[in-house]
Amino acid sequence: MALLELRNVSKLYQLGGEEIRALDDVSLDIEGGEFISIIGPSGSGKSTLMHILGCLDSPTRGTIRLDGTMIHDATARQLAAIRNRKIGFVFQFFNLLPKLNVLQNVELPMLYSGVGGRERRERALTALQAVGMDNRARHRPSQLSGGQQQRAAIARALVNNPKIIFADEPTGNLDSHTGTMILSLFHQLSAAGRTIILVTHDPEIAAVTPRRIEIRDGKIAAKIDAKLAGLDRVSPAVPQA
Amino acid sequence: MKFFNALLSGLKDVWAHKLRSMLTMLGIILGVASLVGMAAIVKGMENGMKETMVTMGGADKVLILDAQVPPEQEHLADQAPGRTLQDVYALRDSAPLIRLVSPEMSLGRSVITRGQKQVSPSECVGVWPAVLEMNLHTVAHGRFFTALDEEYAASVCVIGTGIRDELFGNPDETGKEIIPLGEVIFINEQPFTIVGMFERYESEQDRRERELAKRRPAAPANGPARARGWGRGNWAFNRKNLTVYMPLNTMWLKFRAGGDATTDVPDPRLDDIDIKVADFGQLEAALQQARNVLMFTHKGIEDFSFRTQENRVETINQQIRNARLSGGIIAGISLLVGGIGIMNIILASINERIREIGICKAIGASPETVFLQIIVEAAVIALLGAAIGVMASFGLVDLLAQISPTLNLPVITLPPIFVAVLCSIAVGLLAGVFPALKAARLNPIEALRYE
Ligand SMILES: Nc1ncnc2c1ncn2[C@@H]1O[C@H](COP(=O)(O)OP(=O)(O)OP(=O)(O)O)[C@@H](O)[C@H]1O
Ligand SMILES: [Mg+2]
Repeated sequence: MALLELRNVSKLYQLGGEEIRALDDVSLDIEGGEFISIIGPSGSGKSTLMHILGCLDSPTRGTIRLDGTMIHDATARQLAAIRNRKIGFVFQFFNLLPKLNVLQNVELPMLYSGVGGRERRERALTALQAVGMDNRARHRPSQLSGGQQQRAAIARALVNNPKIIFADEPTGNLDSHTGTMILSLFHQLSAAGRTIILVTHDPEIAAVTPRRIEIRDGKIAAKIDAKLAGLDRVSPAVPQA
Repeated sequence: MKFFNALLSGLKDVWAHKLRSMLTMLGIILGVASLVGMAAIVKGMENGMKETMVTMGGADKVLILDAQVPPEQEHLADQAPGRTLQDVYALRDSAPLIRLVSPEMSLGRSVITRGQKQVSPSECVGVWPAVLEMNLHTVAHGRFFTALDEEYAASVCVIGTGIRDELFGNPDETGKEIIPLGEVIFINEQPFTIVGMFERYESEQDRRERELAKRRPAAPANGPARARGWGRGNWAFNRKNLTVYMPLNTMWLKFRAGGDATTDVPDPRLDDIDIKVADFGQLEAALQQARNVLMFTHKGIEDFSFRTQENRVETINQQIRNARLSGGIIAGISLLVGGIGIMNIILASINERIREIGICKAIGASPETVFLQIIVEAAVIALLGAAIGVMASFGLVDLLAQISPTLNLPVITLPPIFVAVLCSIAVGLLAGVFPALKAARLNPIEALRYE
């Protein structure tokens, strides 16, 4: 049984009487431990797919099974619990809470799952160590560079030991050097056995992931656009840490 | 645990916006302060009124008064006997629902002199020892009248400390307490020996003030000494201190001997008969019993009436109720305004934080967690406001006691504090419910996208 199973999933939006099919009858299986990039032109439905996979949103039609449980008609509360324990998110704009310091930001998901104070601190520090940010634990997000913020965000995504990590354009706001560094972090995580799903515009990133899914007009494209997937290039060296 | 964390972060948020939170709390602060303050003032009023009431003999005292005979008995009016000792004996012996009967025969326009000094007593009355319990007097020095004093119509008197102050010197001024037992004073030119003196009657507040003044001597006053103590509420105490009592028979024989032309007997009519009922709950029955007895002794002529303290008690209670009500309304309006202020601020603050709420939801905050977080924030503001309000009410009461010469010291009691704090928590929770629901129901994706 696959970790994630989508069957005939559609997401429709009504905009002024007009129906927009952000996702149109998508079926998809994702196995545990896969490293996948989702590519496609702007507005094709990549983020929508990721939100539905990540339990941030519910589909209009279709069924989703995550780790053995059906989630397409779960309540907001159940979805929150699933997001908390099984899923980690990394966003383009980092999305750290500005009023909390790095350590507190990383502790937050454990606060929601009811982990005790001491264990919370230890696990947060371990996660920060894993991304090389333990020396900045007491800093506010506003005192960090973009790359540092994104590493803190990755630590936060990891801290509850989730099954899957979703990242929506995680390098979109970073310069190429920092982007490479973040990307190598994802490769490490993948090597450690974690399931990672990356939404990206960047062909260079898509090129190095073992599996690519291309979305076009809300559907999964049958044939991958080689240019979009970076496959027309000389296979770039997989960045290593 | 979750709740504790919510509380902590609520406190942090309040601290982060000190000025804003303070302004938000203002309504609650005012509401709580006015509620507690008003209750304290009313309590002070109540205490003062009760004190005065007790000084005048308590609520269970009933006065028997002379009255016009009813129209159907008008032709008998000249046979009306008036109130005499006859009535007193009859009431004492045959009205079991009446516990105490105290006859009084008073001397109008009396002047008491000693050497050059003179004083007009508030009342100069011939009495039985029953008067002590009737008017709640305590003999602090010497003794009261004995059966022999009564029998022989002895020229003895018992005085209040006010009389002593005027004739022998006030201990507050002379610095020593003079107890003039055995001294002779003149009541309307007739010599009387002082055999006893009452304790000094004063209000709770006066006593405290006096003791305070004793402990730290006041700065020497320049200018004429201001007359003190004749303000509202105090008159009852001052009156009581200016009492002079003598045995009933003494009064009768010495001052009523003008007599009645037809009988050669001194005028036997009493000026007052006070009674106390055995059981306050059976007031009506007791009065009926007294009426039956008196109808008999008065040969069926109803030339008397009763005056209970009930009316007075009723007025006092009415005043207290009114004061409570107006205080409650003011406090209620303040709390309402405070609640609206809190709701307003919380709504503004969640609008500011929509994106943050979205982030929290994305990493697993359930709707309940978000709800709890927001509502606790509202409750924290309300609770802090209530705490400050309670403190402010103490200041307010202190200030009132300083600037206003009201003699009833406001008394802060626990129940209004409880009520005020509970009301503020309720207001905070109510004000928080709507914003908290709004935040809890936010769609995480829309919240994340919000700029
Ligand atoms: N809340 C919404 N209401 C209406 N239409 C929406 C809504 N959210 C998304 N859409 C539409 O769904 C489609 C897919 O949007 P989505 O954000 O998934 O695109 P995307 O592939 O992530 O694009 P980009 O690469 O620019 O991020 C778009 O046409 C968008 O206009
Ligand atoms: Mg997108």
